[in-house]
Amino acid sequence: MIQFQAVHKQFPNGTTAVHDLSLDLPEGGVTVLVGSSGCGKTTTLRMINRMVEPTSGTIRVAGKDVTEQDAAELRRSIGYVIQQAGLFPHRTVLDNIATVPLLLGWGRRKARARAAELLDTVGLTADAGKRYPHQLSGGQQQRVGVARALAADPPVLLMDEPFGAVDPVVRTQLQDELLRLQQELGKTIVFVTHDIDEAVRLGDRIAVFRTGGHLVQCAPPEELLARPADAFVADFLGAERGLKLLSLTGIAALPQGAAPDGGRWELLRDPAGKPLAWRDTDTDTETPVRPLKGTDSLLSALNESVASPTGLIARVDEDGVLTGVTDRDTIHDHANRLHVTASRDTLAADDADTLAADDADAPAAAVAVEAVEAVEATKGGGPA
Amino acid sequence: MYELLVDLGGWLTGPEQWSGSDGIGVRLLEHLQYSALATVVAAAIALPIGLLIGHTGRGAFLAINLSSFGRALPTVGLVVLVFLASGLSMTPVYVALVALAVPAIVTNTYAGMAAVDRDVKDAARGQGMRWHQVLFQVELPLALPLIMTGLRLALIQVVATATIAAYVSFGGLGRYVFDGLAQRDLVQVLGGAVLVAVLAVALDLLLAGAQRLLFRHRAPATA
Repeated sequence: MIQFQAVHKQFPNGTTAVHDLSLDLPEGGVTVLVGSSGCGKTTTLRMINRMVEPTSGTIRVAGKDVTEQDAAELRRSIGYVIQQAGLFPHRTVLDNIATVPLLLGWGRRKARARAAELLDTVGLTADAGKRYPHQLSGGQQQRVGVARALAADPPVLLMDEPFGAVDPVVRTQLQDELLRLQQELGKTIVFVTHDIDEAVRLGDRIAVFRTGGHLVQCAPPEELLARPADAFVADFLGAERGLKLLSLTGIAALPQGAAPDGGRWELLRDPAGKPLAWRDTDTDTETPVRPLKGTDSLLSALNESVASPTGLIARVDEDGVLTGVTDRDTIHDHANRLHVTASRDTLAADDADTLAADDADAPAAAVAVEAVEAVEATKGGGPA
Repeated sequence: MYELLVDLGGWLTGPEQWSGSDGIGVRLLEHLQYSALATVVAAAIALPIGLLIGHTGRGAFLAINLSSFGRALPTVGLVVLVFLASGLSMTPVYVALVALAVPAIVTNTYAGMAAVDRDVKDAARGQGMRWHQVLFQVELPLALPLIMTGLRLALIQVVATATIAAYVSFGGLGRYVFDGLAQRDLVQVLGGAVLVAVLAVALDLLLAGAQRLLFRHRAPATA
């Protein structure tokens, strides 16, 4: 869908923003570009809609070289969301959203009708459409930014740190909304962030950039966390890389046993069989339980097992009916095995220097042989 | 002093002063006509310059410095200079008034354009607006409050300075000032000066009110 072929960008002041980038972003799905500031991720994004022109190399969107298209028309066919939203302060929210349809000549009535529809899509009330951007909260403004980008239903959406300026609670909400929207719309999204947690949450693929515009690795989050290409990636993923990996792994495969019967602890259930609380028969006190489904993560299982007075987590099916329990040791073993596999793979990859060649998604992945550092970074994050 | 004020009051309110071909009414209209024409011509010159340097971000240094230079020119000197070159006509007066008004309009237009949020301009371009669409649909409307302020400033300065038309024997409220000086009629000089001042202040208030009404939707930060 979007192809970078040997793309190079050097700014007039001599700094190289993007260095020999070759990368294929398949249709559909979210690709997150991450890296510290100055790593060329935003420049890479902005070259897709020609907000920045490459120095050399070719970028194709849907097979067509972007530099051979009229820049304004190209941009109208690609959704673009930026940090701070960049809304037009002199236009109402509705007219902001209608921007691209109006540029495309849909006519005011049709453009506004489409904009009104989108207010609902991004979770804003019809009333918000009549307001001006400064009358909305930061999170609401960001929603308007997303609605504006979606207005002409472009197949590609570029998002440049769109949630960077809102508080953590709102940010999580917006991330959830985006995931929900994406499930509905199935756009090809390129998303820039410096927040690795955001990348892991949103990305179907994550491309990690290093200062100087080098792409180091591009892989699905599970693979990235399990097998970082080199010490730089491992370091960037952070000491809690192992935990992040646990957060992406479901617990469906974990064995479960029957709930304890007749001991000190009793698992209270409602008539439908939904677990409610642990009852301590010695003291006659109750501790509420948070039952987990197969799609819940190993990390939440670990968390629940620590919180549970029995060390057991209650497992339920899709309808919330109890299916069994899993004990702390099983969860711990599983987590530990995942963790160890991940660090061993890192070591193997660094030793053999083969990951880059094996991994079709990571061309130009420079593998620095700093295996010891990488493993140490992993060890530091292990659950003690 | 008191006596002077009473005379001034009498002069300003005397019905004979307000009628006739050299009455205050006619002089006021002449004055407004000179001022309006000079401001319109100045705007026609200064607005495109200010918008262009504001949009491109280029030539700002040169334009701002030329404007400061223009502002420092002595107006009466300019009138005399052009008068010597072109002979007796309204041209020297208009040249001087336009030269006075251009800097205020250029600098304010540029300041208004420069104050438009970079993110907003970036978003406008990123949504697929062409340069003229960015300029006329986004930058110009956002810069408008400051551009209006520039026009207001220019108009006030021109109104106050248009008295020099009388210096080269034309009309306007300056007539009273220069005639009064020639006739050593202090009341008439004062009367002319007061009329000019009142006209300037009234116009300023009127435009400020219009501006407030026009931009009442704006966020405080951008207005």
